[in-house]
Amino acid sequence: MMAFPQPKPEAPQLPQHLHRTIDCKQGAVRAVRFNADGNYLLTCGSDKSLKLWSVKGEALLKSYSGHGYEVLDADSSYDNSQICSCSSDKTVILWDVGTGQVTRKLRGHAGKVNCVQFNEEATVILSGSIDGTVRCWDTRSRRFEPIQVLDEARDGVSSLKVVQHELLTGSVDGRVRRYDLRMGQLHVDYIGSPITCVCFSQDGQCTLSSSLDSTVRLLDKSTGEMLGEYTGHKMKGYKLDCCLSSKDTHVLSCSEDGHVYCWDLVEGSLSLKLAVGKAVVQSLSFHPTETCLLTAMEGKVQVWGPNPEETQEDV
Amino acid sequence: MAADSDGEEDFVSYGTALEPLEEDEPLKKPIPLHEQTVTDEKGRYKRFHGAFTGGFSAGYFNTVGSKEGWTPSTFKSSRQQKAEKQHARPARPEDFMDEEDFGEHGIAPTEIHRSDEFASGCRNETAEMARAVNAQASLIPGDTLLEGFIRAASSSIGVELLRRMGWKEGQGVGPRVKRKARKQTSDSSRAYGCVLPPGGSEESEDDEEFAPENVTFAPKDVTPVDFTPRLGVQGLGYRGLDPGMALLGQAVPEHVDLFRPQSESRSKLFGESSRGKRRGGVAGQAFGIGALEDDDDEEVYHKDSMSRYDTVLAEEDPGDSLFGWTAPQQYGKTKGRSRDASYLGKILEGFTLAQKPVEQKTIFPPPILPSNYRPMHRRPGVEVSRMSGISSALAEALRTSRGHMVTEDPQKGGRHQLDAGQRGALLGESTQQAGPGSVMDLLRPEDRQRLLNLRNSSNPPAAQITTPDTQSALRAAVAMASGMAAAASSGLRQQQEALAAWKGKTSTQTFRPFENIPSKQARYEQYVSRLKQGDQDALEQSLDSGMTEWERSREREEFVRASILYRPSSSSLSSRFTSAKQQEDDNQVEVSRDEEGDVDDKEAAAKMKMFGKLTRESFEWHPDKLLCKRFNVPHPYPESVMVGLPKVKRDKFSVFNFLTVSDSQQLIAPKKPPETVKKSRWDMSERKQSDPLSELLSTARNQAECKQEPNESPDAPPAVPETVSSSHNTATKKTKKKSANQESSDEEEEEEEEEEEEEEEEEEEEEEEIRPPMDLFKAIFSGSSDQDSSSSEEEGDKAEEEKKGKTDANHLNLFSIGTTSASTPTASASTASASTPTLTPASSSTLTATSQSHALQEEEFGPKLPPPSTAPYRGGITTQEETPSRKSKEKKHKKKKKHHKHKKDKKKKKEKKKHKQQKKSKTEVSDSSDEDEEKKDGEEGKISSDELLQRLKSIRSLQS
Repeated sequence: MMAFPQPKPEAPQLPQHLHRTIDCKQGAVRAVRFNADGNYLLTCGSDKSLKLWSVKGEALLKSYSGHGYEVLDADSSYDNSQICSCSSDKTVILWDVGTGQVTRKLRGHAGKVNCVQFNEEATVILSGSIDGTVRCWDTRSRRFEPIQVLDEARDGVSSLKVVQHELLTGSVDGRVRRYDLRMGQLHVDYIGSPITCVCFSQDGQCTLSSSLDSTVRLLDKSTGEMLGEYTGHKMKGYKLDCCLSSKDTHVLSCSEDGHVYCWDLVEGSLSLKLAVGKAVVQSLSFHPTETCLLTAMEGKVQVWGPNPEETQEDV
Repeated sequence: MAADSDGEEDFVSYGTALEPLEEDEPLKKPIPLHEQTVTDEKGRYKRFHGAFTGGFSAGYFNTVGSKEGWTPSTFKSSRQQKAEKQHARPARPEDFMDEEDFGEHGIAPTEIHRSDEFASGCRNETAEMARAVNAQASLIPGDTLLEGFIRAASSSIGVELLRRMGWKEGQGVGPRVKRKARKQTSDSSRAYGCVLPPGGSEESEDDEEFAPENVTFAPKDVTPVDFTPRLGVQGLGYRGLDPGMALLGQAVPEHVDLFRPQSESRSKLFGESSRGKRRGGVAGQAFGIGALEDDDDEEVYHKDSMSRYDTVLAEEDPGDSLFGWTAPQQYGKTKGRSRDASYLGKILEGFTLAQKPVEQKTIFPPPILPSNYRPMHRRPGVEVSRMSGISSALAEALRTSRGHMVTEDPQKGGRHQLDAGQRGALLGESTQQAGPGSVMDLLRPEDRQRLLNLRNSSNPPAAQITTPDTQSALRAAVAMASGMAAAASSGLRQQQEALAAWKGKTSTQTFRPFENIPSKQARYEQYVSRLKQGDQDALEQSLDSGMTEWERSREREEFVRASILYRPSSSSLSSRFTSAKQQEDDNQVEVSRDEEGDVDDKEAAAKMKMFGKLTRESFEWHPDKLLCKRFNVPHPYPESVMVGLPKVKRDKFSVFNFLTVSDSQQLIAPKKPPETVKKSRWDMSERKQSDPLSELLSTARNQAECKQEPNESPDAPPAVPETVSSSHNTATKKTKKKSANQESSDEEEEEEEEEEEEEEEEEEEEEEEIRPPMDLFKAIFSGSSDQDSSSSEEEGDKAEEEKKGKTDANHLNLFSIGTTSASTPTASASTASASTPTLTPASSSTLTATSQSHALQEEEFGPKLPPPSTAPYRGGITTQEETPSRKSKEKKHKKKKKHHKHKKDKKKKKEKKKHKQQKKSKTEVSDSSDEDEEKKDGEEGKISSDELLQRLKSIRSLQS
């Protein structure tokens, strides 16, 4: 019926073994993100700091401070030279990775900024805010005004993703919007429930959206038809992440019951329920190529891998 | 002729160039005479024998003959060596010539010829002659030579036609004439050397001696006259070097007289024998007379005399053979018509010459357009604006009362807003039941029937429904009736409302909504002033009686609307607003061109998991040019100047922008089960006009909700927190923000008075819905106020819930999304307004300066962030442990707590304060302190203004 992204591989491995736990010591970790190649990770803390870690050596490489309130999201550029982050202090900051200096502090949002992303060439920063706008900031020019403000959302923008020339935003008004720059089109998919997180699939054919009705939906990008629906987890009040595995075989979502749920993408069956802890799993990030998962719960970040490995507690 | 070898220059040079002189080159010794040798092109020596011994060496050993002597060549041909062709045919002069003779300077230079392919059938003598004439006139002799090389491959259509009519090249055009056959000079005979052109090849026309009656000839060809403009600076008639004279040795005593073709130079060119004496030498006006000239009697200097000019415009000589451009007229005069007839008759066979000339058609000029004519068709009757906002009720009312409404406009609401069913209905097609996308297909027949019944019960007047056609008709009728009633009642109510609002107000009116129509504005002002006096019939009196009923009703509607919209605000209200810095565009609002479709349909579709066409909407969206550049994609609309979604300007005060409100108000009134998402008025009106499918969908949705309800706990607030946004399309963002604040504070005041249990919420909601629009803002924002009504009192409890309750039941979390977010700002707003009554919303940020975190908390909308830690909160209030059994207790506890809330709050605050001080003393930054901070932020929102003031005072005193 539908062209699913990829045929099911022989034995898809799941990141079911806890490799290590990193205590970030920056308050609650609001978001944890792999960088472009998956060698480093970024943690956004509620103590206004943004930290860069090495995944392998689990060492703290750098701490970036300059935000006025808790950091909510971050993204690294393809060449690892720049980081952008957004915060509840309504600003977006562009960091120089090496020096840890603030390259640019972008003000303009009227409320806290929920999500931030570079485009592929890190020439534009896109940030979505609770004020219902997505602002496109130019990293090349010295202008401090955004290139364009996308104010189509009728409520706060909770999540956004950029792939090539397409921008996907999820809003609290229950709609997933896809801006196609090449075609000059805006596609609005009505989901109904406030969207907490949106993703593109790796092959760019589908969109994944999780919403506050405790459902993750896989929609066909071009038609908006629903290809899969994944339930069982609990997402009722908090803005939690969801993602696809690196090979598009599984759908993963945070849950408020302290687990990460992992469904088979095609069959929709629950294939793994990863117990992270007692609290809410706030954020998760899947390695871009390998089977490796990051989860964030409260002040700690867990690294999960496919094979058992001796665990080290609390660096 | 040698082209430059290196090809640097394109032009062709004649002769051999001199060797370039080099300055420092030593002088060459002149070559002695004996070393000066002459070779031919093959490098053989040539000896000069002197003029009488044959010039250069010639023949065999300077004999004229060859080795064989003068023996004639014999015919030889073998199988290997075929005999050369020239032996087979008669000898030509070329056969007896030397190689040199064919050279450039030989007596028979070989020329470049046109190939036969390009040559015309026979040599065009007249053209050549014309060229010669031109060459004579031009400054550089022979510059027209190259033109001869180029010849069109195909003849023009004119030539082709002439040929079909019997014309041959070389002949003239015109009626055939009787004359002597001219001698045809054959092409084959060539003259070599300086031979005079053959003279007397054609005898003049005059000496016609023998002309048989029945033999006619084609007329002589006409030499075309070349009108080349004079380019030189010389005077008219100037002639430099006359090449003709140089060659023929004959001076041209006269300037070329085109009008007297038989002038001497002419006739000479045209091959007539020269009768004048021959002279050698070069002559011309530029040269005088050479010393060798023996003609002494000729004038040395050119003298012009008047005798050479024509002084009279006379007819040409009738006997002129060279009729040219003026000729036919002459023939037409002298010769009869018969000649023409014979001429014409031959050309077109099967036709006879008309006896009478063809009558000229009389052409009448087109009528002159009047100056005020406009090429547009206007329909007679009342012009009903075709804006999309027109309600069906109004249209119906118009049609029934006046009959002036233009036919149901298919463009209503834009073609694209109609769906297939509506278009089909407009076209008179029967409704298609078997569409693949129809929800009806998915339902079983009994379900379908149930749905129909359900809907019918909600529309009491709709009787038994038999066919789709009558069904729709009935529905329209019902809608019309209810719509009219609604309009009437709501109109009255609004008038009352306006009266209540304006009565006794003395404020000077500043707003002029109809400024661009002065008379209307005057009427409006009159109406307003009457309102102020409390006049009951203010509206009717101030309307212009001279207007039509339709215009008056429209204006009535507008005035009432405007008076309600721009009524004087109460002092407490107005003090909170700062006036806009710049006047926004007076009478127009920007409205997104592509309105979003019915939300209800989409919601129903989403409920049924029918994602796809029903939930997908696509809009044209214009990205910024720079954005496209940064993304490395071409701009999808290269000529576009706008950015974002296409917008259209609409008249701000058009009655159609507001008419739908009255309809929808009527629709809201009937009680409905509380919906998860509040519909906006606009959505309601849309649904009313929508097709059966969408109605079905909405009924299905209602049903679904009814089913859902029991599952939900009775005190559960709507699951979707944000409705503010979905409720209004027309309100601009600015006003939205302002009014949201405003309204929430209003709500808050109400809230404080009534301490309600959670169970009472639903009642409150109902009340909210029935309540007539007291305020413009409330009218617009009623959706969101429902949310707020779910009691800000509880937020303390909720905050606690948040901290404890990740493992809590669903509805508790629901709560925290839906209500905390909405109610927190109300708390802050209330504190702000209470403590500093003159504070405007714009300046409320000053408050946030005192407690920045508090301000941030205020912004919580939508999904929240999880709490930083599950560790039990160390604050004084809630030190409860997380146990599943605790939950139920908590609930009860919460309800009880409410009654004592205020007291408790104060206690809490005091505890907080202590806590804060403690925290300040701490220097280490730890997780727990962070938590504390958050907690504190959450609680601080509830601190009363008095407390705040006290705290500020205490800080100041500490500082001093």
